[in-house]
Amino acid sequence: MEKQGKKIVIAMSGGVDSSVAAALLVEQGYSVTGIMLKLWSDECDEAENACCPPEAINQARQVANILGIPFYVLDVRDLFKQEVVDQFIEAYNLGQTPNPCYLCNQKIRWGWFLNRTLDMGNDLFATGHYARMEFDENKFCLKKGIDPKKDQSYVLSGLTQDQLGHTIFPLGSYQKPQVRELARKYQLPVAEKHDSQDLCFVGNAGYREFLKRHSTDSFVPGLIRSMEGETVGTHEGLINYTIGQRKGLGAGNAEPVYVIKKDISTNELIIGTASELGNDQFVVTKLNWISGELPVFPFECDVKIRYKANPVHAKVRENYQESITVVLDLPLRDITPGQIAVFYDHECVIGSGMIQSVVAQGG
Amino acid sequence: MDRIYLDYAATTPLDPYVLEAMMPYFTEIFGNPSSSHYFGQQAEGILEECRAKVAKMLGAQSEDVIFTASGSEGDNLAIRGTALARRAKSGKDTILISPVEHPAVANTVKQLRDMFGFKLIELRIDNFGQINLADLKEKLDANTALVSTIYANNEIGTINPVKEIADICQERGIPFHSDAVQACAHLPIDVTTDGIDLLSIAAHKFYGPKGVGVLIKRKSVDLISHTSGGKQEHKLRAGTHNIPGIVGLTTALEIALANRLKENQRISILRDQIIQFVLSEISGSHLTGHLSDRLPNHASFVFEGISGNDLVIMLDMAGFACSSGSACKVGDPKPSQVLLALGITPELAGGSLRITLGKYTTEEQVVRFLDFLSISVRKLRK
Repeated sequence: MEKQGKKIVIAMSGGVDSSVAAALLVEQGYSVTGIMLKLWSDECDEAENACCPPEAINQARQVANILGIPFYVLDVRDLFKQEVVDQFIEAYNLGQTPNPCYLCNQKIRWGWFLNRTLDMGNDLFATGHYARMEFDENKFCLKKGIDPKKDQSYVLSGLTQDQLGHTIFPLGSYQKPQVRELARKYQLPVAEKHDSQDLCFVGNAGYREFLKRHSTDSFVPGLIRSMEGETVGTHEGLINYTIGQRKGLGAGNAEPVYVIKKDISTNELIIGTASELGNDQFVVTKLNWISGELPVFPFECDVKIRYKANPVHAKVRENYQESITVVLDLPLRDITPGQIAVFYDHECVIGSGMIQSVVAQGG
Repeated sequence: MDRIYLDYAATTPLDPYVLEAMMPYFTEIFGNPSSSHYFGQQAEGILEECRAKVAKMLGAQSEDVIFTASGSEGDNLAIRGTALARRAKSGKDTILISPVEHPAVANTVKQLRDMFGFKLIELRIDNFGQINLADLKEKLDANTALVSTIYANNEIGTINPVKEIADICQERGIPFHSDAVQACAHLPIDVTTDGIDLLSIAAHKFYGPKGVGVLIKRKSVDLISHTSGGKQEHKLRAGTHNIPGIVGLTTALEIALANRLKENQRISILRDQIIQFVLSEISGSHLTGHLSDRLPNHASFVFEGISGNDLVIMLDMAGFACSSGSACKVGDPKPSQVLLALGITPELAGGSLRITLGKYTTEEQVVRFLDFLSISVRKLRK
């Protein structure tokens, strides 16, 4: 068997997915090593010597023990803080809504971590993400996970051919309930553990509280204006609003109103009616094409504008190098600068980039 | 995988002869030495026999031997016990330690400072980790309750001028404790000649069992017990004696002493081979600790431009077990306080590696290890 003896590192988090992924790799005959990354988190910073989070480390260690694989912890707090957390804060200061998991996968997991494991003499790298890979016409193709509710190809869409070439996703062809079933079969103590919900570094109070502590800019009160430029109220900081939001804009309007736009330069919140909401064009930069080659423009595809959004049909055209415009068949209400737009050809990821700006309607 | 153990300072495997000596005391001779009947007398017999042997091997009197459960327990009992007794008797409340003590010493003194109102004064050391004697003399005064310095350092292998330190303390009537947990496997220790009042050792560092140690406490010092209860160990350490462990410790110490000269000679050649290879073949490497006043089995380094934690993981993946001053199981990258105290920069201290040899280490293992070590450092620097 080809897998026999191939040295693979599985990134373990102490959760059910990475634990089952590790178990599957062991069963498939790889020589598996579990490694957990110690990432920066807000609480960790305060309690200096505490290992974060100690329960997760212990759970991962326990799983490794059951599977009979070596387990180590690598500390990457400083780099994670600098490459992911600081960027997250900075993005909010720019009025964007970032996706730190995408960035972490690009810079930390498939950046620093993958390189480190290869330097240490390993052949391959695995994670418990729900995504699949295929090798087709001399290219690695990144595909959605089989389970539509768990598909994580969105946050992996920033990876390159070289990174994918060293990667295995053992869970891509499983549904989540099957993974829990496997955890029970392997008698892993994490079988019933809840899925993690929030961003790993913001702490228990959630990301708004986190930003309150770390990003003063986004909590400065300012004016609320209508689309016509008329002042209609005040807000407690742009951070409290997302595009398309209806809640919290005050009652008393004849017609329901929504957040249309956040103008960071004037710290103003622009609101309007449902008919004024929604756009069908946006500009995407910081592009990554999975094949490693520029696609032929223009092309048609499905696009996802946030992790949990449904893919919608669109046409993509090139503006100039490193920038494209996406034209949707139908407008969407919640196109948000800072989020990642991921382009799909059916199941396959074509590439992705950051939503830079929304093109004003009719513009 | 063929695994090579190069971390004998962390612990050692139990010698099969030691195991054999211990076996009858688990099942056949199981009595409690405190009982007055036949079974108790049997156990007490072997306990006192061991006590006498251990005392003799360390240059002490039988009544100076307190059996403990670990080196750390010995350190705790010696330091907390002496500090509290000295303050109660004569109000002396200052404790002097070096900045490169084992945590069992350093954290005990810190607790005495933070929770019990003692004063902690750190002694000056040189770049190799040895105590500066002139500084010691200067810092001793009428309030000094106790001095504690490590005999031979676990992280950097440096041997302290223990006799000189002891002499200075003795002249002033100040109790002197030394943690000899690393030293006792390799160095001739005689508490009478050395003038040491309190000395802690642990069996598992010299092929004895885990969970047993000795604190030597000479008549010159008074202690307050920290485990109160029965009258065991002169009322200084309550708890039923761990007879199999005590037999194991005694037998292991006997074997260690009998083989000391020959074994030291053998492993110091291997140690020097490692030191020479690393310093000459691996660029950007530095020895930590003293070059000659050093444990015969101990080689420790810092490497420029790498993380010691990563290096230890990479070595372990290939079957070589070593440790790093900066590495704990949770991958804490914080540089070791010991290395920082030597004046090593935090950046360089993060790249530390400790290799400690033992009686099962062969030249062939060392050669294989060195081969892989230079490859690993190169790869990690890439």
